Amino acid sequence: MARLTFLDWPVLRQLRGADPTGRGSAVTSATTRETVPRTVTADGVVDSICPYCAVGCGQRVFHKDGRVVQIEGNPDSPVSRGRLCPKGAASQQLANSYLRQTTVRYRPPYATRWEDLELDVAMDMIADRFIEARRAHWQDEDEQGRPLQRTMGIASLGGATIDNEENYLIKKFFTAAGAIQIENQARI
Amino acid sequence: MQDFANADLIVIEGSNMAEAHPVAFQWVIEAKKRGARVIHVDPRFTRTSANADRHIPIRAGTDIVLLGGVIRHVLDNELFFKEYVQAYTNASTIISEQYADAEDLDGLFSGYDQETSTYDNSRWAYAGDPDDIARGLPERDETLQHPRSVFQILKRHYARYTPQMVQDTCGISPEDFAYLATAIAENSGRERTTSFAYALGWTQHQGGAQMIRTAGVLQLLMGNMGRPGGGVMALRGHATIQGSTDIPTLYHILPGYLPMPKVGQDDFAEFTRAIGKKEQKGFWANADIYAINLLKAWWGENATAENDWGYHHLPKLTGAHGTYQTTMRMLEGGVDGYFLFGQNPAVGSANGRLQRLAMSKLKWMVVRDFYMIESATWWRDGPEIESGELTSEEIATEMFYLPAANHTEKAGSFTQTQRMVQWRDQAVEPPGDARSDLEFMYELGRRIREKLQDSTDPRDRPILDLTWDYPLGEHGEPEAEAVLAEINGRHLSGERAGQPLSSFGEMRADGSTDGGCWIYAGVFADGVNQARRRTPGQEQDETAADWGWAWPANRRILYNRASADPQGRPWSERKKLVWWDEEAGSWTGHDVPDFPLTKRPDDPGDPSQGGAAALAGTDAFTMQSDGRGWLFTPTGLVDGPLPTHYESPESNIPNPLYSQQSNPTRVTFRDENNLSSPGASGRGGEVYPYIFTTYRITEHHTAGGMSRFLPYLSELQPEMYCEVSPELAEEVGLEPYGWATIISARSAIEAKVLVTERMKPLQVGERTVHQIGLPFHWGRGTEAIVQGDGANDLIGMNLDANTQIQNSKNNSCTLIPGRRPRGPERNELVEAYRRRAGLIDAEHPAVDGAAGAPGAGPADSETPHHVRGPEEASAAPTGEASMKEMRNR
Repeated sequence: MARLTFLDWPVLRQLRGADPTGRGSAVTSATTRETVPRTVTADGVVDSICPYCAVGCGQRVFHKDGRVVQIEGNPDSPVSRGRLCPKGAASQQLANSYLRQTTVRYRPPYATRWEDLELDVAMDMIADRFIEARRAHWQDEDEQGRPLQRTMGIASLGGATIDNEENYLIKKFFTAAGAIQIENQARI
Repeated sequence: MQDFANADLIVIEGSNMAEAHPVAFQWVIEAKKRGARVIHVDPRFTRTSANADRHIPIRAGTDIVLLGGVIRHVLDNELFFKEYVQAYTNASTIISEQYADAEDLDGLFSGYDQETSTYDNSRWAYAGDPDDIARGLPERDETLQHPRSVFQILKRHYARYTPQMVQDTCGISPEDFAYLATAIAENSGRERTTSFAYALGWTQHQGGAQMIRTAGVLQLLMGNMGRPGGGVMALRGHATIQGSTDIPTLYHILPGYLPMPKVGQDDFAEFTRAIGKKEQKGFWANADIYAINLLKAWWGENATAENDWGYHHLPKLTGAHGTYQTTMRMLEGGVDGYFLFGQNPAVGSANGRLQRLAMSKLKWMVVRDFYMIESATWWRDGPEIESGELTSEEIATEMFYLPAANHTEKAGSFTQTQRMVQWRDQAVEPPGDARSDLEFMYELGRRIREKLQDSTDPRDRPILDLTWDYPLGEHGEPEAEAVLAEINGRHLSGERAGQPLSSFGEMRADGSTDGGCWIYAGVFADGVNQARRRTPGQEQDETAADWGWAWPANRRILYNRASADPQGRPWSERKKLVWWDEEAGSWTGHDVPDFPLTKRPDDPGDPSQGGAAALAGTDAFTMQSDGRGWLFTPTGLVDGPLPTHYESPESNIPNPLYSQQSNPTRVTFRDENNLSSPGASGRGGEVYPYIFTTYRITEHHTAGGMSRFLPYLSELQPEMYCEVSPELAEEVGLEPYGWATIISARSAIEAKVLVTERMKPLQVGERTVHQIGLPFHWGRGTEAIVQGDGANDLIGMNLDANTQIQNSKNNSCTLIPGRRPRGPERNELVEAYRRRAGLIDAEHPAVDGAAGAPGAGPADSETPHHVRGPEEASAAPTGEASMKEMRNR
């Protein structure tokens, strides 16, 4: 480290430098000077759309080491012109909140707590229950003998914050299975 | 969105756009910068009001009177856009002699059946030869003078909607009314346009569909449809709530707004004719083609002409099977399994208590979410556990919680509120067990098909015959683009076999094409994912046609033929959008023209052909069976062909127009936990003297599943609160920042008190009306960062008959200082007020939710309840009764 002279006194340094009011470079530490935005150190960025309301603001999702590190407004979007509201601006936390669930949880009937369950096992149990409920509440026809070809044993709700392609598969499969109680936030 | 900037006047009503859609609101501000005026009509003064030229406070639920008053004003003073109205609307159409108006029958239209609380809408039909009507050529009187013309009916219908009536009903001064009416009149016509924006402040009413219709009628009269800076903009609240209506997870429709078949519709040809007849005008004449292409996409080679393309694989409806009907069925033990895809009904649906009790009757439940939402944990920490009504050890419901991938962890498309489909690229892999709903659904289907593969049961045929083979990515997830390509459709045979369709016009009825959602045909044109186009806005004109893709046909403004005059010239240079180019012999302009491209403005149309060919050169409303914008709706709505005012069932104010107090078709459910205040229609209404209305705030999202688990957003808005006026605070004895308990006929919740002059008591006749604002984002559990009582617990499952959507925006309550009691005492408090109001089944059978209530459905639930489905909005009106067998439950 070079020897300090009286010229390195902070107030003199400030007055001599390009920042005499002391609100910029004169008051930065080495750490601050070396800090770079996460958007610069990211491995990559992809174009996305905000998952909250239906305005459809453009987002740019920056990621590093397989994790989302920052989400910013996309200035190219003719709808949002780079802006995001507090929710859109907080959506990096949507991915990374400490409360994010990443494992399957299972609660048997009458239990008082969650248990762990393998995803594969859970999927198989759900498939079995789907088939059983479908049959248990199957209706071939109404009281006048007219075809119904449906089940009342299965219901579903949701889909306004998921994707078009996902809704399409939900509607396609559930309808083919005869489940009609397929509903969405759009009804609410 | 950007088109707001082209408006000269923006009326925001039933929406707090600045708060709920802040980024879209920049276009309102842009319009202001260009000289536009902004008027905000809302019970509360909000951030939107603060940015408006004027805020007009209104009593919740009276919008039809206000806008009906404006309709009267423009009709009486001849301020409507006459040339537009004559050419493009059904104003000149003559209505059947069987029609009687609500003004003639004291609040009922002709065709009402007291027994079932429903209408026979054949009494609202067009007059004329049935064959001509089917071809979209009903009797007309171009002078608009015929007493049974729509125009004259409209005039009579709104004759009593005077400024005085507006004041006595809405609590709006004649001066405020004149300001609004004059502004709309001055900012409409050839040179200027007015735009309306609304949100759930209109939708969530019994009668909400008719509120929106009133704006539609007014905008048609003023010539503001299909033009730049015009229209009625629905500001929707979820990333793909538009997409999930287009490609629906809704009980009553199939993709592309094709209705689900109903019991008795066993003939495929009759099914498609009920949607659109071959001889009618416009694009619904091809309903059969759209249906065949959907069935072909679903059942592939197994869909043939011989088996009606697999039509008989589709289940049949017997009534409304909406989410609230399903709640009731769950309570009765009639549903075993329930899937939630990013949805939190324990907090977000009306009557949260009934929602949670219903879930406790299920055998199993699958919750797919990012966080441990209240709908996943009600069995251990819900309000009913606290009150002791439920105990975990006695709840049989088996719970599966499956973590979901978020929007950065999967590729796919959202359709935003203006029908624009936008693709998202995948940034990262989902963590741990988290999977996309696409993969979950594909995998569940794959396993079920595998388990059933040897089945000989004919009931399993529809599952086994389904096309369910999608290319998989490296982690085994189906490729979302392949699903989008199926939605788009493709040529199956001929030279172009395997190629994607470029428009729905390429769809064929012979099985040589398929397509999962006809209105999305073109989103994958040329094999390119058009939704992924991202030419920067700054490199494009205002329409920005090269960003994303809007259905249909990448068109940004629907019915834009109406932006030109009948001769095909722009109404004015200032409002130029689409016009007829005589030299080129085609329509052209700044948007994709919403009209057959080479059809001349003076083309008379060919009625012998039907469909697009039958459209005359001035039939701008290309989806309607007569090519006209409908001021009067002979079909499509179950509660009347014209919007008319009713009070909400809990309103303490007698309907100033009719002795018919509330909407006669309203839907409710019989349950002791779903009772309503009798309001003005019986003693006891005064026990619940105040109106409460629910709303959103910027920092939270719906039921909080995507916001109350995020530290930033939770810190910004940590607590449930209620907004009350200083006058009401004084009347009740509330302290600012203290607690209040809000009690409705359903529940009691507590909230922090925000005393603010933004809430203004209104003078309505002799009465002072107090309104309370309640944000609805909080719920009770232990997992979220912030929690609070849920406003939706206060709301009854009382539905609009057209939409089956609950009435959230206009309910009655009382208010006491302090926190609510804990444990079982909470229900005792609710019960005490019910008793005071006489809300006991035996004493008050006519109260909504009690046994004798209108709309509760017939006593025998197996008796069909006749309701005409709203999905046939464009069906050709005929003299035949067009009833479908429906029932509320």
